[in-house]
Order: sequence, then structure tokens, then C-alpha cells
Amino acid sequence: MNSVVVRDYIIPANDFTIAGEASSSVRKILSQIGVAPDIVKRTSIAMYEAEINAMIHGNGGQAHVEINENRIVISISDQGPGIEDLDLAMQEGYSTAPDSIREMGFGAGMGLSNIKKHSDILEIKTAVNEGTTVLITVFFKQV
Amino acid sequence: MKIPEIAELIQAEICTKNHNPSIEIFSACSADLMSDVMAFSKSNALLLTGLVNPQVIRTAEMMDIKAVVFVRGKKPLDNMIEMAEEKGIVLLATDYPLFVASGKLYKSGIHGRGD
Repeated sequence: MNSVVVRDYIIPANDFTIAGEASSSVRKILSQIGVAPDIVKRTSIAMYEAEINAMIHGNGGQAHVEINENRIVISISDQGPGIEDLDLAMQEGYSTAPDSIREMGFGAGMGLSNIKKHSDILEIKTAVNEGTTVLITVFFKQV
Repeated sequence: MKIPEIAELIQAEICTKNHNPSIEIFSACSADLMSDVMAFSKSNALLLTGLVNPQVIRTAEMMDIKAVVFVRGKKPLDNMIEMAEEKGIVLLATDYPLFVASGKLYKSGIHGRGD
């Protein structure tokens, strides 16, 4: 299966003014190639949450996106501190975000569960002091 | 309800230019936490918030929110206005607090969730 679109983005650390640009760009691509609006929205939410996470927790990172006619696969990785207890981090409301992030309107502990809710496949690879990779797959047609 | 009607109802200033006055708003969501907007709102067309930063616009973009009302006398920053205009999102600013602004809109027919 050929990937029709491949994109790479850098996610800067702690920069709230440009955080979300990668997700915004992917959103535009999906709309342009005619993906259904509800799928575009699900993908945007999942990717944006992961992008914000990499910015807040991972000291920034990178996003690699592959789109073909059936699905989008988004890989967001950072070389940050990693997640010590993934089950705990997946719980709604659990957050390690500092107050400065909460003041920006984020860090309510909903990010990972929200990514799960809006993706068809979610895979998280993480190791303490090494970093985290979040792999999100969204299918364009529900099987 | 259309944007000019909303602006009149909550005595709001429309801060963005070139918006489409025929956009119809059916539902709304009030929150200061963008995490909540992302997690709980299904198909909001209007966001009311007291939070002023560029991520409000970004969140609105991701959620297909057509208009944002800043409450309690807060005004969007220039870079936010620019970003919103580029994305076709309407920004409004009212002196009413979040609860009162939401109440006025609810009473006039904009309810929580649409389809």
C-alpha cells in the first residue's frame, strides 16, 4: 500500500505560541484530500493532544505522519523523561503538568485518554529517561 | 443564532474582520480549561472562555468551533486575532462573566450539544 503523503515536523519545547502547528498542517492536508469531516476532527484532536504532550512533557520532539487512501499513521516522539507508570498516566485526571501549564488551559490529565478515544489504534512506547513515542492510527472508513 | 445577534445579546464587540455573518451557531461550550473543551465537547460551534492565549484559537480550530467569546472584559491579543482571521474563526469580547454570558445565550436558544 503506497503512502500518498509523508510529512515530518519538529515540535519545539515549551513554546505555546506555535504548539499545534503540525496538527493544523495535517488537518489541512486531510481536508484537502477529501477525508470526512468527523474523521478529520478525530485525527486533529488526537494529534493535537499528543503534540501538546510532547511540548509540555517531552522537551519537544518530532512528528512523522504517513497518509494513504485508507488511513493516517501519526508518530509523535520525544527524548524526554518518559512515563514511569503508563497505566496511571492513562487514567483520566492524572497529571504531572506544572501549574504554569494549567494556567495555559492544559494539564487536566485528559490528554492520553482523549487520544485513545479519538484514535483507532494507539500504541505508546516509553522508557524512563529515554523518551516516549505515541503511535496513532486513524482509519478513514469505519470497518 | 447568527453572530451579530449573539454580539447584541451579550453586548459583545466583534474583534475579527471579514467574518461570514451568515454562520449559524446552534450549540456552545463554556470552559477555561482547553483540556475540557477537547475531551468533552462533541460538536460545539461556539466557545465561551476567560482564557486568553493562542492555544484557545488552536483548540477552536481543532474542534471546528466557529466563534469564541472572551468573557469578563478580556480582549484577544493581536496575534490571536490574526490567527483567528486566517482560520475563519470569529472572536468576540464581552464584559459579562462566563456564567451570565452563557445564561443569556442558553435562554435565547443556544443549548449545550448539537449533533
